Formats: sequence, C-alpha cells, structure tokens
Amino acid sequence: MKSCVLMAHVPDTASVIKVSGPGDRIDEADIKWIVSPYDEYALEEAIRLKEARGGAVTVLTYGPERAQQGLRECLARGADAAVHVKGIERTFADALAIARVLAAAIRKVGPFDIFFAGIKGVGSDNSLVGAMVAEFLDIPHVAGVVKLEIGDGKLTAHREIEGGTEVVEAPVPCVVTAHKGLNEPRYPSLKGIMASKKVTIQALSVADLGLDEAALAGAEAGCRWKALALPPAKSGGTILKGEEDPAAAARELARLLREQAKAI
Amino acid sequence: MAGILVFIEQRNGSVRKASLEALSEARRLAAGPGLPVSAVLVGHGIGAKAAELGRYGAGKVLVADEERLGRYSAEGYAAAVRAAVEKCGPVAVFMAATALGRDLSGRVAARLGWGCLADVVGVQIEGGAVVATRPVYSGKALATADGAGKPVVVTLRPNVFPAEAGEGKAEVEALPQVGGDIRAVVKEILAKEGAELDVAEADVIVSGGRGIKGPENFALIRELAKLLGAAVGASRAVVDAGWIDHAHQVGQTGKVVSPSLYIACGISGAIQHLAGMSSSKVIVAINKDPEAPIFKVADYGIVGDLFQVVPAFVDEVRKLKAEA
Repeated sequence: MKSCVLMAHVPDTASVIKVSGPGDRIDEADIKWIVSPYDEYALEEAIRLKEARGGAVTVLTYGPERAQQGLRECLARGADAAVHVKGIERTFADALAIARVLAAAIRKVGPFDIFFAGIKGVGSDNSLVGAMVAEFLDIPHVAGVVKLEIGDGKLTAHREIEGGTEVVEAPVPCVVTAHKGLNEPRYPSLKGIMASKKVTIQALSVADLGLDEAALAGAEAGCRWKALALPPAKSGGTILKGEEDPAAAARELARLLREQAKAI
Repeated sequence: MAGILVFIEQRNGSVRKASLEALSEARRLAAGPGLPVSAVLVGHGIGAKAAELGRYGAGKVLVADEERLGRYSAEGYAAAVRAAVEKCGPVAVFMAATALGRDLSGRVAARLGWGCLADVVGVQIEGGAVVATRPVYSGKALATADGAGKPVVVTLRPNVFPAEAGEGKAEVEALPQVGGDIRAVVKEILAKEGAELDVAEADVIVSGGRGIKGPENFALIRELAKLLGAAVGASRAVVDAGWIDHAHQVGQTGKVVSPSLYIACGISGAIQHLAGMSSSKVIVAINKDPEAPIFKVADYGIVGDLFQVVPAFVDEVRKLKAEA
C-alpha cells in the first residue's frame, strides 16, 4: 500500500516559549525544532504497514526551510520519499490554509491508499488538519486512533473517546490520525540515517499547486492570530512543611482547601 | 440577524454538560448585541431533549433525528450541522471541545470553508465577529485569534464556562432528511473498565507521578480521587513506564486540563506537565522535594512523604465530608 504521512515540524516540547516583537508569534531564537510527537506514531504505523504489506511511505509537510530537517528525520526512520511544500509564515497557524495546501499537494504527488497524521501538531494544538484534509479530498477520516487493523479495502480503527473507545470501520483511502498508544516509534538507525541522505526531497511551492499565496492568507484564510501573550505567572503559594508532622500538615491543607479556596 | 448556532452533543440520549456550557456562553455573548441563539441537536430518538435547551438560551432548536445518525459519524453529523448553518446563517458555530467536538469541528469547518478556533478558554464578540483566546503550546502561551473576516467554528474547552439554566422554552424545528455519504461508521463502543471519569471532563483531578514508586500505589491516588469525585491523572513518566493507561496522561503530549482543583502527588513538574495543568483554578502539590518545580505553580502544597501525607489527607477530607 502507498501511504502518505502528514508531518508537522514543531518546537520541542521542552521549549520555553517567549513572545516575539510584533506580539503575535513566538520568538524562534532559542527553539529546537522536532517532528511533532504524535506524527512519530503516524510515521511508525505507516512504516509497519509497509513492512507487513509492501508499498512505500511518503512524508509530506508544509512549512519553512527548516522543516526539511524533520523530513530528513522521517526518512532516516524508514520513509521512502519526502515532499516539502514551502510556505508563507502568515499561514502556519491556520489549519484551514495548511489543509488546503496539503490536499492540493496530495492531488499532485498522489494517489495514495491511506493517509496518516498525528492527532494534533504539538504547539498550535488544533487537532483539525487531518479531518480538514479528508474533507477536501472527499474521503473519510478516523481521529485519535490507538489501534488499527487494515483489511481488504477497509480498515478497523479504535478511537479514543471519553471513558472508552469507539470501534470505527472505514473504506480506504482514509485519513487516520494517531494517538499515543498506537505503537512504540522506532529511533532512526545508522543505516537509515546514511540512506536518508541520498534521498532528494521534492520541493514544491504553493504556486506549483495552483494555489494563490495571497488568497490563502487573505480571502481564503480560516483564522488569524491577533496577539500572543504569556499566561500570568503564579506566585506566593502556601507551602506547608509535612516532613515531621504529616498529619498536622494534611489537616491544615484540608482546612485551607475548604475555608480559603472553597475547593473541597 | 446572524447569531450563534450551538451544536449540542448527546451520548445515549443524554445531553453533555460541556454542550450546555457552550450554549450558556453563547447566550451570555449574544445578550449584549441582541443576537439570536440557535441550537442543533443530532441523533436518533432525541427529540424530547430539544425543548429543554431553551432553559440554557436556545431560542430555536433544529433537530436532525434519523436512524443513521444514531451513532456519531463526522460525515453524517457535519451534513446535519451544515443544514442547520444554511438555515440560520450564523456568525459562529459553537461546540464543546470534547473528543466528538474536536473531531467534528474540522470536518464542519472545512465543509463550510471556515476556520476553527479550537479549545478556547475565552470568547468575545467584537464588531459582530467572534474573537477567542486559546491556549497554544499546551498553555505555555495564549493566542487571541479570530475567523479572518469570516464566520468561524469555535470549540469551547469543557469546565471553563459555567452552564447556567434559566427560564425559556425553545421553538423546535425538524431538519429535512440529511443526505450525503457516511463512510466511517462506528461499529461499537467499548467502555473502559470501571467507566472511570475522564481527566478531560473532570472538575477535580488527582494525579500521580514517579514519586508513587510503583503501579500498585495508584490505589492510594484512586482512593483520594474517589473521595473527591475526581478523575485520576498521571505524569508522562508513569504512563511511559506502563503503570497506568495513557488516557490518564496530563501534559503536552497527553491531555491539557483546566479543572477547579488539581492535586499532584509525587509529580516533580516537568515543563510539559506544567503546560498541561497550570490553568487549573486551584493547584495542590504533595512532594518530598521542596525544590520541585511543581511548587512554583502550586497554590497550596505540602513538602513531605506522600505515603504519609496522602493517607492523612484522605482522613481529613473524610472528616470534613462527615461534618457537612
């Protein structure tokens, strides 16, 4: 089966976030960029599918120049091909614009039998792109998958919901978004790293896809960030000493939560 | 006049509390500029629930009641929401940011060619358009965003906006049969053992981290959680160690939560964990290391051995409950 993995290149989850000059985006100065952790599950599932059933794995991303590093990492883990659509900064937080671009890129470089993405891109935390791409391609999607079986022309996916799982059946092609628990992603092997260097990443521009950059960020845009702020810092918590008399500390904590915080 | 349309989620015929929160917030927002608030209820055999939505602010309730909509499907429900949008031409569609809402919202937004402001914690109307505040980078920052000059889908984080019942009875109208394919079909729903409360929906969360030393000691966390009617949370370290299912994980690669009370036991507070819970209203930390970063975000804390402190705290809470 030919699969396509949608990858987002995001700030490392250990990053300290700072706001940049114009006040509507992050300061990228000290940020280390990584493949979004949920996309690692997506890629792993695609590679396992290839190992079990044959086929090939293409990784696709929309982003600035640095996103190529993310594609290289995916190649080192076992993807066969990579496609990079270079984009304009203003659209990077707009799931609708991202999905329009990815769907157009899929039409150009496809067809594929199945699509994988992470349940969300860590950072923008939208959880929207997978379903939006599916809608633009007019195919089904299943989001937040923790278990997947692929049969003949259809798949069965377990999707996490509050307090349980839904068992969903869908025909392929289908977009599957991966949740933690789907698999244990592998690390890149030395052999994989060496082999990945020989792969030429296919570079495309938004215009190559027949889309208009100005419209994507303007009339066709889905959302725009007007401001970015850090949450107010907390300070001055009441910290009790409980090493010597834990019972007394516990009593005082219960009293404070009842009388002061009115939380219990 | 263009108003707000609220998608009402039901499971087995019961309307979800988070949807009533979204509806109540729509009413509060609409009151100033005098906008109409409508609701759309989708499912099978659910019509009886429609009129009571008036108490939470719906002037009109559009009902899509069909056998094929009895179980959730993004495609079928998106078709129903679009039919409702065509009927009332809203400036925004609100949904609860539940597993269903976060799944459906992308489908609906793309189908309408609109954007979606996901998992918002604050929402306003400015010049007739919706502007929302949403945590990004798992709450390390807050973005203020709008629909870029168009109507927009908004998912509202559960437990952030109060659900307020008042007076009122909604006018109920059936939607014509919803067409379109349903290709991804829910075959069955497997409930988790013990049907534990989910951290994403809980008003109180008691979490355990590496300090609890072993999976068997989650019994202590569960005991306190049960007493408080709380969900059980966990740090990434203990989920990765296999001590508890990942559905319990709170943090940047788990669930991002905003309960009224969050009690962290034996959690040092890695930046990814803090990102996932620091917007909780009251944070309590119990940890033996006075330098643990969790104490920097805690409103209350005890430095001590959790194996002594937590049982003592359980006794104290039990006493308070007995007095009440």
